[in-house]
Amino acid sequence: MNKLFVSPSPHVYGKQSVKGLMYGVLIALIPTMLVSIYFFGMGALIVTLSSVLSAVAFEYLITRFILKSESTIMDGSAALTGLLLAFNVPSNLPLWIILIGSFVAIAVSKMSFGGLGNNIFNPALVGRVFLLISFPVQMTSWPKPIAITEKMLPYLDAETGATPLALVKEGVRNGVKLSEIQGIPSNMDMFIGNMGGSLGEVAAIALILGLVYMLVRKIITWHIPVSILGTIAIFSGLMHLGNPDKFTDPVFNMLTGGVLLGAIFMATDYVTSPMSTKGMLIYGVSIGVLTVVIRAFGAFPEGVSFAILIMNAFVPLINMYSKPKRFGEKQKK
Amino acid sequence: MLKTFSKGGIHPPENKLTANKQIEMLALPKTVVVPVAQHIGAPAKIIVKRGDMVKAGQIIAESGGFISANIHSPVSGKVTKFDKIIDTSGYKKDTVIIEVEGDEWVDTIDKSDTLIKEISLSPEEIVKRVNDSGVVGLGGATFPSYVKLMVPKGKKADVLILNGVECEPYLTSDHRLMLEKGEEMLVGVKIIMKAINVNKAIIGIENNKKDAIEHLTTLCQGYDGITVVPLKVKYPQGGEKQLIKATINREIPSGALPIEVGAVVQNVGTAFAVYEAVQKNKPLFERVITITGKSLKNPSNFLVRVGTATSNLIEAAGGLPEDTGKIISGGPMMGKALLNDQSPVTKGTSGILIMPEVESQRRKMLPCIRCAKCVSVCPMGLEPFLLMTYSVKKEYEREEKERVMDCIECGSCSYVCPSDRPLLDYIRLGKSEIGKIIRSRKA
Ligand code: SF4
Ligand code: SF4
Repeated sequence: MNKLFVSPSPHVYGKQSVKGLMYGVLIALIPTMLVSIYFFGMGALIVTLSSVLSAVAFEYLITRFILKSESTIMDGSAALTGLLLAFNVPSNLPLWIILIGSFVAIAVSKMSFGGLGNNIFNPALVGRVFLLISFPVQMTSWPKPIAITEKMLPYLDAETGATPLALVKEGVRNGVKLSEIQGIPSNMDMFIGNMGGSLGEVAAIALILGLVYMLVRKIITWHIPVSILGTIAIFSGLMHLGNPDKFTDPVFNMLTGGVLLGAIFMATDYVTSPMSTKGMLIYGVSIGVLTVVIRAFGAFPEGVSFAILIMNAFVPLINMYSKPKRFGEKQKK
Repeated sequence: MLKTFSKGGIHPPENKLTANKQIEMLALPKTVVVPVAQHIGAPAKIIVKRGDMVKAGQIIAESGGFISANIHSPVSGKVTKFDKIIDTSGYKKDTVIIEVEGDEWVDTIDKSDTLIKEISLSPEEIVKRVNDSGVVGLGGATFPSYVKLMVPKGKKADVLILNGVECEPYLTSDHRLMLEKGEEMLVGVKIIMKAINVNKAIIGIENNKKDAIEHLTTLCQGYDGITVVPLKVKYPQGGEKQLIKATINREIPSGALPIEVGAVVQNVGTAFAVYEAVQKNKPLFERVITITGKSLKNPSNFLVRVGTATSNLIEAAGGLPEDTGKIISGGPMMGKALLNDQSPVTKGTSGILIMPEVESQRRKMLPCIRCAKCVSVCPMGLEPFLLMTYSVKKEYEREEKERVMDCIECGSCSYVCPSDRPLLDYIRLGKSEIGKIIRSRKA
């Protein structure tokens, strides 16, 4: 007889692995990537590739030469951070700025905290916000979607324009009525992604496809995305009803400024979101409220990134005060 | 919508390889090794001497206290030796070794197959008979059954719940028993109802056993007050608390027993054992055991005498496969890994599972990615990742506050963790340390 293994129960394990989950999210992002390449051409591809590759390279170098530990790049989380960072920047961002962003995301926000599982803030968002503050000009010059015939043009020379959200912000600041602001794309265009913006935030339909995929494969649960989107819809809807000249309608709010990308892919990051369903709902609703508030009253036209980062900081607190309901708790008075 | 419990749970691959295999008698072994502690509670005291001739059904060890159970000889033959063996708990336990000669049963046992429906014993007599017959919970917990038949003073039971869930993957012994001994089982249910004075009984069966649901539902027409409730397939529905929640939607408070919400839970196999004890005067010395595994030639359901070596079952099922890496007593979720194939089966052995080597090894643990999957599957509403952290840091006081003692050790958390963290190992460690602390506090 062979030597028998003797270990405590359970003796069987589920199919999900860290790798499987991370690659699952990557797969869920493929449609978004295709749409962004369709609308932004070579630029999207170059930005994405350099961000992903540099993120993986930074993590490899850090584990290899600084931590001298086993490399973790195969778990897919570095690639995912790189991809999400790319999706949060304009498609004409110069390479060296992307490298800085990816360095901040991986080295500062993830590895210095102890690697996957230990960071407090969403690495891709930290990278993004760092770039936004350090390079405001480059980070807010959004290439317009280009015609199919020009896809191969050098990406840095792309014609740029403002995002719909920025147009609104600018207009409202100058006292123009919402209905009179020029250049806002139709809902349909926004839905398929035909507008200016970060390369992964424009394609609503592709992002929603990704959400469905992740829900079906049980990679994430509905709580965070639905509570964020629901809150934004309701809250911005109320404000819109109150003053339709100043505040945009809910559909506009959901389709622009990376709300879908944030709600579906950034806020659902395992490491930096709460552990109980109750906590997830609190977190989601708070992000929704903060997003609308920042948009309406803050200095930046869009607010999801900031809202998520702010709530990341509250996650330990949320975890402490939103314990799951224990079995048999109700009766015990 | 099928009923089920509301919180957590998982659905591991069912792998019920033996669902259609009729129960067969396993040939008598040459010797049996009968442990005197086959139940929860005090071990029984041996009352035979070396060289004694015993018959099947003869008492060889007497109950050692209130929570304890008689042990009967499962065979006829000669007591040759008393020995200590390491059982599945990892501790050395006393055993009585009997060399089998013939198959003579004590003559008070009614060996016929005739169904006896009429219950002539009074509730007190039923309790006594069940106690005398050494009947224990056959679902795996092996709690002496007679204790559960005495409703404590000041409490009242209004419903009996039968556990026919068999939510562990692979196991089919209860399933087969429900199909093949359904009528006897229902009489057993009636007997228990009489003992605890309730007029309502519910048999909970998961929906992957449609034939058993149908069969028992039809039979139930002849038995007042017994109904079958089909349940959605979800592990750990066989847990007492989960089963009560699923069937009658009552939630047992933390630290309390089912009687607190007016329920008594018994396994369907136990109901059959009660039938045999009360109507046939037959003590518990054999049971149905599923021997199964993906590489096994002939997975089967056997009727086995207690004390038979595991290797006998394996031989009868086609021999130990080449690729064996683990032998488990019980199911894959809560069963115990055996040290070797010589361990005797006991009253609590519901199955023997042979796992191939590739599935036997633990996977390498990775850091917690805080995915919250362990939290979402915990049927008790605990936070396994946090409990493990406290166990690692030895912060037992905080771990106790996080209700670690509520953990039913179902293993759903370890099962689901994508980082392959041994959550339950550490939770068990915490529970045992905190158990010590609680006891010293009381002392
Ligand atoms: S083993 Fe304990 S902590 Fe883990 S899921 Fe089951 S009850 Fe919850
Ligand atoms: S399932 Fe595993 S990785 Fe996920 S939170 Fe629990 S312990 Fe951490």
